Amino acid sequence: MKPAPFAWHAPDELEAALALKAEHGGEARFLAGGQSLVPAMNFRVAQPAVLVDLNRIATLDTLGFTADGTLVIGAMCRYRRIERDADVARRLPMLAEALAEVAHPQIRTRGTLAGNLCHADPASEMPAVMLALAARFLLRRKGGERLVAARDFFLGPLATALAEDEMLAEIHIPALPPGSGTAFLEVARRRGDYAMMGVAAVLRRGADGRCAAARLTLCSAGPVPLAADRAASSLLGTRLTAGDFAAAAALVGAEIDPMGSVQASPAYQRHLAGVLVTRALSLAAERAA
Amino acid sequence: MKITVRINGANHTRDVEPRLLLSDFLRHDCGLTGTHVGCEHGVCGACTILWDGAPARACLAFAVQAEGHELRTVEGLAPGPGQLNPLQQAFQDSHGLQCGYCTPGILMTMTAFLEENPKPDEAQVREALSGNLCRCTGYQHIVDAVLRAARAAEQRKPNA
Ligand SMILES: Cc1cc2nc3c(=O)[nH]c(=O)nc-3n(C[C@H](O)[C@H](O)[C@H](O)COP(=O)(O)OP(=O)(O)OC[C@H]3O[C@@H](n4cnc5c(N)ncnc54)[C@H](O)[C@@H]3O)c2cc1C
Ligand code: FES
Ligand code: FES
Repeated sequence: MKPAPFAWHAPDELEAALALKAEHGGEARFLAGGQSLVPAMNFRVAQPAVLVDLNRIATLDTLGFTADGTLVIGAMCRYRRIERDADVARRLPMLAEALAEVAHPQIRTRGTLAGNLCHADPASEMPAVMLALAARFLLRRKGGERLVAARDFFLGPLATALAEDEMLAEIHIPALPPGSGTAFLEVARRRGDYAMMGVAAVLRRGADGRCAAARLTLCSAGPVPLAADRAASSLLGTRLTAGDFAAAAALVGAEIDPMGSVQASPAYQRHLAGVLVTRALSLAAERAA
Repeated sequence: MKITVRINGANHTRDVEPRLLLSDFLRHDCGLTGTHVGCEHGVCGACTILWDGAPARACLAFAVQAEGHELRTVEGLAPGPGQLNPLQQAFQDSHGLQCGYCTPGILMTMTAFLEENPKPDEAQVREALSGNLCRCTGYQHIVDAVLRAARAAEQRKPNA
């Protein structure tokens, strides 16, 4: 089908975009890569009266590390740029590893990480990865800004902490301390499809070789990206053996609430969660060695 | 509103509504009907074009957004009328198409892929093909065609 009519604004400046959003509120939508919004408009599931197109705001297409090693990704930085960045691959390998699972190359040419996070699909890989990497989001509106932890951003399927006049302007991902290892694994019907189940694991070994920090998050495991905190804490102080991973995987079952789909029943999703948690943890532990 | 879009090296100036999809602009306003439309929600890949050299879905962008960008469509591949470029020739030689509906999108996807990966293995080709659906060929002949095109390019190199 074809989209319903709308007024199109494509400002060159961030301030102009924020002013337009403040003026039109819920009538208006930001247009980033369009890879979720345009399909919804083609189906007329979404019929915004106003589109505030961010594609001409050059200052939003940024990607770089600050002095303390934080990766800062601007709102219009596309997947394609992130996945081809050698520094990102070296310093935050889980980001590149998980991006390869997000959609297809043709979608990654235009799609943005910020747009993905604002879309807040619980089956998407990226919200779970942001939780695992303890990312923080800089939200901007006309005349103000605030930082929100990834953990507090996702409120439900397609629902976020963004107010009507706010933009996700920057994504901040802190550096991984030495001794860290990460892994992202998923099972999908076809390369590039949304995951039937996906797991992100971040582990750190202390000087004594024991687990000093652990984070474990899942996508397609509930209405929002889930942090399996009890399973992750069970690993602290252990030697990260196969037995420790199996014990953590057993705890994950009580922390997730998979909803099922045409492709996978909740029971099958639970099975996948157990298998993937075990595999992701052992891979992260290997990489933390 | 009036826009000028550069397609296959030529400027096309037209008066359009903002809601006009780039895929419809190419087909209906510019008469470039080689770009096909299957699903209009990004899934099938039939509308894949090159946007500043990178493969993208024409059904998920508005024509007004393409101003100032270089677009390439399947019409831009052949060196001249009645001729095929090496990738197109490989599709013919390997029987890489049957009805041909998916073929323009696949050719554009693979044009960008081979530029970045001139010597791919079969697994890489299959992964690159994951964003294009074909209802006829079962994919094997498409994969063969892309590998054939890569081998042919290798042999054409002066020092090979
Ligand atoms: C065939 C296909 C397969 C896909 N497969 C996957 C997959 O496997 N995994 C996956 O995660 N995703 C997948 N996607 C979705 C894709 O990742 C989208 O690119 C992404 O979800 C949205 O990013 P975008 O930049 O295109 O945002 P848009 O579509 O432009 O916007 C999405 C939403 O976010 C809002 N928005 C955008 N930017 C901002 C901002 N800076 N501040 C506030 N609001 C904003 C928009 O108003 C809109 O509501 C797929 C898409 C397609 C078409
Ligand atoms: S028509 Fe664009 S992807 Fe199917
Ligand atoms: S050749 Fe018929 S769809 Fe691919």
